[in-house]
Amino acid sequence: MKTQNNRAWFLILPVIVAVAFSAILPLMTIVNYSVQDILSPTQKVFVGTEWFQTVMRDTELHGALYRQLLFSLSVLAIQIPLGILIALCMPADGWRASLALVLIALPLLIPWNVVGTIWQIFGRGDIGLLGYSINALGIGYNYTGDPFDAWATVLVMDIWHWTPLVVLLCYAGLRAIPDAYYQAARIDGASRWAVFRFIQLPKLRNVLMIAVLLRFMDSFMIYTEPFVLTGGGPGNATTFLSQYLTQKAVGQFDLGPAAAFSLIYFLIILLFCFLLYNWMQRVGTGDSK
Amino acid sequence: MMNKRITAPLLALYLLLSLLPIYWMINMSLKTNEEIVSTLSMWPHDLTLDNFRTIFTDPSWYSGYINSIIYVGINMVLSVGIALPAAYAFSRYTFVGDKHLFFWLLTNRMTPPAVFLLPFFQLYSTVGLMDTHLAVALAHMVFNVPLAVWILEGFMSGVPKEIDETAYIDGYSFPRFFIRIFLPMIKSGVGVTLFFCFMFSWVELLLARTLTSVNAKPIAATMTRTVSAAGMDWGVLAAAGVLTIVPGALVIWFVRHYIAKGFAMGRV
Repeated sequence: MKTQNNRAWFLILPVIVAVAFSAILPLMTIVNYSVQDILSPTQKVFVGTEWFQTVMRDTELHGALYRQLLFSLSVLAIQIPLGILIALCMPADGWRASLALVLIALPLLIPWNVVGTIWQIFGRGDIGLLGYSINALGIGYNYTGDPFDAWATVLVMDIWHWTPLVVLLCYAGLRAIPDAYYQAARIDGASRWAVFRFIQLPKLRNVLMIAVLLRFMDSFMIYTEPFVLTGGGPGNATTFLSQYLTQKAVGQFDLGPAAAFSLIYFLIILLFCFLLYNWMQRVGTGDSK
Repeated sequence: MMNKRITAPLLALYLLLSLLPIYWMINMSLKTNEEIVSTLSMWPHDLTLDNFRTIFTDPSWYSGYINSIIYVGINMVLSVGIALPAAYAFSRYTFVGDKHLFFWLLTNRMTPPAVFLLPFFQLYSTVGLMDTHLAVALAHMVFNVPLAVWILEGFMSGVPKEIDETAYIDGYSFPRFFIRIFLPMIKSGVGVTLFFCFMFSWVELLLARTLTSVNAKPIAATMTRTVSAAGMDWGVLAAAGVLTIVPGALVIWFVRHYIAKGFAMGRV
């Protein structure tokens, strides 16, 4: 049992101060901008919800939002099953497990713009292995010219980059299952699929929840990799929300609409995370845990 | 468990595909620029170490590494330092608003860095922190502190509460108990947390680039400005990329036995 102790607040105070400085203050600035028209540093006009209305009607933004949703859902649909599969393939222990773990985690440690740079060359049809191989198979592939190819390249890059995180998490979850469970299954003569469905999957629920949430948040905020790889093009086939926001805020310096957009953006992520979280909790209770 | 004859080739195939892009970068870093842009070659025909030499001799290149390591270091120490007592409080006590507070911390992890770009720029200009290592370290705490609390709380909850009580009965004060007895018990958790803080701070570019110009410019930002009159200097770029993997690979090697455990115990 945990003890009721309100003095525990003192232990949390440093965290709150730090996060307040680096999250609440900036967020307040954003709220402030989102309801004002800033003509000059000294001249500001309160405009109410005008910027929010502007943003809501922005068709380019709708396009970016759909692309973003499609991208994030594809990321989840591919990375989560693939991550589970690879984690199931990992050796349980020994030097092979250590080596596989380190090699698998390597893509996670590469700075994001370096990731973009590698793929920029890797995907080139003339001098890159990936582009060259695909073209050699007789498929016309050109990620700088064709919107679909560009989109697919960003997706494959993200799969390469982030599936390791899912693998690490699932591997951790699998190692935490006691041997007794497998022994019981063997005595019952359970099939391989039954072992996965009724023992491993329910036990993975917690780590999968973290994996799904982290992958969703991070793919929804993706910025650096597509920016370096395709610059959002061709056209705006790979312009995702973050990039559109940065264009508005830094490029065009539309502070008011950019701030309103920021708030809506944040709320969308929060809403989806909340829905995913609740959905996964309900799914879990149906299983024999 | 699954049949080895299926799993081993599957894992090998995944590893092969996942290491190909990295191999390609290493390959590029050992080539001359002419070779990179002219032909597709599976290995360097004209092996050169000039790209690496450029980085190690040019201060504008190697200072980028030093800057990155400094702010990542500050960030790791600060994040884990303040997350430790907080995680202890979350794992041991109930108090007014604890569950809401925990979720609120996590929401900070959900805010896109792009949202914070402008306010950070203004905030840090106002307090005179622009272009310092501390600014980047503080900015990265937005996503690292929640993560650190999250992971550490999981590890701490794995330590039986009787340990605390026995120590208090033996006359230990809280700080002495925490440092002498409790920390050594969760040192693998601290290792894993340090690793994740390192990773997310090391790879982040958007905030780091916006908050710095010269004195604290990270290596990743230096790499975006290698366009010279003769076009992109791909070889040096690839060499710099290879060098950015090295620190991470070292860190991961030291915590490899504990990485997996970190999240399995965390609560959601």
